[in-house]
Amino acid sequence: MKRLLPILCVLFFLGACTKNTNEIVIGEYDSLTGSDATFGLSSNKGVRMAFDEINDAGGIKGKKISLITLDDQGKNEEAASATTRLITHNKVIAIIGGVASGRSKAAAPIAQAHKVPFVSPSSTNPDVTKAGDYIFRVCFIDPFQGLVMAKFARENLNLKKVAILRDVKNDYSVGLSNVFKREFADRGGQIVADLSYQAGDIDFKAQLTEIRSKSPDGIYIPGYYTEVGLIAQQARQLGIKAPLMGGDGWDSDKLSEIGKQAIDGNYYSNHYTTESADPAVTEFIKKFKAKYNETPDALAALGYDAARILAQAIERAPDLSGKAIRDELAKTKDFPGVTGKITLNENRDAVKSAVIIQVEGKNRKFITTINP
Amino acid sequence: MHDFVQHIINGISLGSIYALIALGYTMVYGILKMINFAHSDVYMIGAFAAYYVARWLGIEAQPGIASLLMLILVSMLACGFLGFLIERFAYRPLRKAPKLNILITAIGVSLFLQYSGQVVFGADPKVFPEVMTDYVLLTFGPVELRSFDLTVLGVSLVAMLCLEFLIKKTKVGRAMRAVSSNALVASMLGVNTDKIIAFTFVVGSSLAGVGSVLVGMKYPKIDPLMGMMIGLKAFVAAVLGGIGNIGGAVLGALIMGLSEEMVVAYLSSTYRDAFAFGILIVILIFKPAGLLGKYSVEKV
Repeated sequence: MKRLLPILCVLFFLGACTKNTNEIVIGEYDSLTGSDATFGLSSNKGVRMAFDEINDAGGIKGKKISLITLDDQGKNEEAASATTRLITHNKVIAIIGGVASGRSKAAAPIAQAHKVPFVSPSSTNPDVTKAGDYIFRVCFIDPFQGLVMAKFARENLNLKKVAILRDVKNDYSVGLSNVFKREFADRGGQIVADLSYQAGDIDFKAQLTEIRSKSPDGIYIPGYYTEVGLIAQQARQLGIKAPLMGGDGWDSDKLSEIGKQAIDGNYYSNHYTTESADPAVTEFIKKFKAKYNETPDALAALGYDAARILAQAIERAPDLSGKAIRDELAKTKDFPGVTGKITLNENRDAVKSAVIIQVEGKNRKFITTINP
Repeated sequence: MHDFVQHIINGISLGSIYALIALGYTMVYGILKMINFAHSDVYMIGAFAAYYVARWLGIEAQPGIASLLMLILVSMLACGFLGFLIERFAYRPLRKAPKLNILITAIGVSLFLQYSGQVVFGADPKVFPEVMTDYVLLTFGPVELRSFDLTVLGVSLVAMLCLEFLIKKTKVGRAMRAVSSNALVASMLGVNTDKIIAFTFVVGSSLAGVGSVLVGMKYPKIDPLMGMMIGLKAFVAAVLGGIGNIGGAVLGALIMGLSEEMVVAYLSSTYRDAFAFGILIVILIFKPAGLLGKYSVEKV
């Protein structure tokens, strides 16, 4: 055995080498299990579809893409260890991150330290890309979503008094709430209550009874659909008739299954709309339905865009080093994505417009587009 | 004033949900002096059992009291059977091992159920079918008392009385108390301890089944991690009331529900759990055995 060992080592090394030259290894981590797994699963479907398409068309630089996906179980520390494993063990040349901002904040500094380009499909918290110059994202950031909804509430719905109900455990929800609060007040509106809950709660009647006593014209709830459905039901049970508003965390078919009639007629800001007439969008929806037999949500669309932007940058890069790919990613301009024309600015954030959607049973009615 | 009354109603309704689960914790502890951390996940499995049976039978189409009772029965059977299996294969082999080993095994079983649940049922939340329609029973001004709130409170009080009766007045109950005070002596006197302990688990777990259907009916969103937070709160409620004491579990749960509600209403929603658990610490400083723990001569 002792004599065999060096030979085995050489064989193993050769095996590793031949594998690396034939394909481009890209890593992805996301929550495939855990409480917000539907987000992770959607995003992952978009990413997989993009790479499958590219591989079917001949790959990048004549090489096939091999995607390695790890599960972060919806935990920040798992996202960090998955990133480390992808870089040190799987030797990936670039990473596509997960949905949740908290997890991206844990993973991005690790990618930055190893100088591996990192593209987040849908983490909207502003701090995510501040981890360094290798960290990019293809979605807009929280201040923009908060601003969009504040503008819409004040100018389109003409609301005067609004209450906020935020998920205090969630960076995303806190970020949106803070910006909404400031922007709504700047536009002459009044915030009459600012209360919080925690992801995983099922009873919100204490907060809602408190909000009811302030009789607001609208309630801003930038949380995830898992809780928003129950909140909407309980709000209507308590006789609160004011419209509810939220962010892209509402975007799931489950929202109306949980919320039933209570969630109908309410508004949220989002990255894209399935009602768009843009051929890029209709084509994407058609292909996605054929592959997975379901309508793609915004997270799937963003995962798809993130994967394609990364693939395009790798194609343009002179070699496969982290630096070369990073430089090409930074040059992304007017990329015709499913979620709109994407330009990455000097902060490595995407500049693009947002849409306002109204819930109507299973349908999502497009109301208006709000530009940056 | 209206709001205050509404808060009281909300708090009691939330507390009675905690009570149903707290009863299971306290019962197993009372007899075996062990904390069954897997209890909250047995509760989760009960909810999924009811969910799948309801879908299979198409209960959505015919809501009513009969469907509710049937689902409760299904869930009780599923939970009771699971409780039996857990006791038989996880806890019984460790009966003679140090207390700490059983505690760690309980945590292991809990994680096992949570993560297998995610693999088997999928991690995304499911929507519990509408078993009964909720309606308003009483209104005074803007204050409303709804049928679900009263149902849950009623069921938890009835469950409490049944347990008291079972433990204090029946033959099995006497055997349970005997095992609780000294298992070795009890077995020498002809009590089949293995049987009694298994029975305790089955009863405790089927209570979780009742809870899961009522929670699913009131908050129609179930997922494999649904037991985690509610289980923790219910456990704390059981400790607050004096763990091992049946009435104490219900009292502790109502106090938990009310204090959470009042903290949100009059102090700060951000620090809800901090304040609610703070209240617990203060009570335990003055009454270390819990509110009713001290007075019960026989802990059951």
